[in-house]
Amino acid sequence: MVFFGVRVPAVFSLLIWCALWEVVGRMDAVFIFPPLSAVLVKLVMILGQNNFHEAAIISLKAFSIGMFWAVLVGVFLGFLMGRVDAANKLLGMWVNIFASAPLSSLVPILMLLFGFGETTIIVTVFLFAVWIITLDTYAGVSHISPSLNEMARSFGASKWDMYTKVLFWAALPEILAGIRMGFIRAVKGVVIGQLLVSVVALGAMFSRYSRSFLLEEFWALALILFVFALGISSMIGWVERRVEYYAGARM
Amino acid sequence: MTTVIASPTQEEHSRVNDTAQEIVEVSGITKVYPGGTVALRGVDLAFPKGKMTTLLGPSGCGKTTLLKIIAGLLDATEGVVRVNGKEVSGPGPERAFVFQDFALLPWATVLTNVGFGLEMQGVDKATREAKSRSYITKVGLAGFEDNYPHELSGGMRQRVGLARALAVSADVLLMDEPFSAVDEQTRRLFQEELLRLLAMENKTVIFVTHSIEEAVYVSDQIVLLSPRPGRINRVVIPGIERDGKTPDEIRREPGFLDTVEDIWDTLKKYLDEERMV
Repeated sequence: MVFFGVRVPAVFSLLIWCALWEVVGRMDAVFIFPPLSAVLVKLVMILGQNNFHEAAIISLKAFSIGMFWAVLVGVFLGFLMGRVDAANKLLGMWVNIFASAPLSSLVPILMLLFGFGETTIIVTVFLFAVWIITLDTYAGVSHISPSLNEMARSFGASKWDMYTKVLFWAALPEILAGIRMGFIRAVKGVVIGQLLVSVVALGAMFSRYSRSFLLEEFWALALILFVFALGISSMIGWVERRVEYYAGARM
Repeated sequence: MTTVIASPTQEEHSRVNDTAQEIVEVSGITKVYPGGTVALRGVDLAFPKGKMTTLLGPSGCGKTTLLKIIAGLLDATEGVVRVNGKEVSGPGPERAFVFQDFALLPWATVLTNVGFGLEMQGVDKATREAKSRSYITKVGLAGFEDNYPHELSGGMRQRVGLARALAVSADVLLMDEPFSAVDEQTRRLFQEELLRLLAMENKTVIFVTHSIEEAVYVSDQIVLLSPRPGRINRVVIPGIERDGKTPDEIRREPGFLDTVEDIWDTLKKYLDEERMV
């Protein structure tokens, strides 16, 4: 980033926005924006609260289970669509529809199917994440060079070797990109699920804070979630960069 | 020095094979692609053991198709392929393929890539690595064992492909335009090393190329295929004497030049015919 001919580290842009938030907050101009400093004080407070810990654990559990199945099913479906033409024709349209559909509107129906508890939240997380993972895996698998396939066959690779030693690795960069994006969607899924469904855990906290106009707490909780989502997404991004060197080198 | 056989009848085949036994035989191979394109029609060929046979022809003559049928990567519509007298339908350990685009695993080191065939055969890690290292040295890549394909030049990548094929100790090496993706200097150097390696390893090679000069330079026997549907047009035996001559001397020999000229005349005819159609 260059400002008036001076090189400024990228982190400064963040500081500028933080300062702006603080100033706007102190001016009392917009009531939904309390000063950043006050939000941070509440953030530390919330992190120490027992009910936050419980909420976080419940949410994390639903999130992990939903995400686990989303990765498993998404990668499987992606491979199936990439390898079997009939499966692609049969599923392709639906996967694309679901990947772009506003899934939040389905949550009330999920509630009818799975009740007001944890299951609905897990299913919501799963549905938010699985389609993009499927699509990306499919993209990865269908771009594998046919000659890699022929090479493995000519050296006598079994079906199992073919998948575990060639195809999986060849598609890995796209699979990881899909998981990273699925992850971000899953964070949305868990919050939306908790807000809409039974108002539990993090959803309950969000809804209590906003109903009682506890905006400092509200923003503090939002910040925690943002940092969490960003943190894990950069972790996956880091793994992604470790395999990226060959993403462009594949022929 | 040059023996040119006008049309490959059975007797003339046997003349080629007097000195060597046939390791690969294809008979009556016809390949029709879905959609009706006839790539090959009624191809009969014999590949003598320990010799280098080149499949040469214009693009679209089905030479790569024929090679892949011999490799077992493609099924023939009609006809059979015999290796060591046994009919084959699919890839087998007695044949190893060298790919035009190298087909290396980009996420694996040179060492792992060279050992891939052995790994598929279930050879244990220590044996695999020892064998891979020895072939990496033989193809002149010692010191690059832990490098990744994207760190190597095109010529070096194809050496990895060659080492991988040699490492599985197959009798027959199938090479699909192996030097077409490398520059001319590397190509010539590579041809020399290939000849040297083959003399050492005593392999039968089936080599696909569209370079006449390359075919005449490296082959014991050249099979000229006609354009679609691919048929055997002629079998040419260059009979180049290499003893004590430098590559440049060989390339200047009248025998060498005449054979190149003669093959070019045949190929030119195809081009003219194509233009007429």
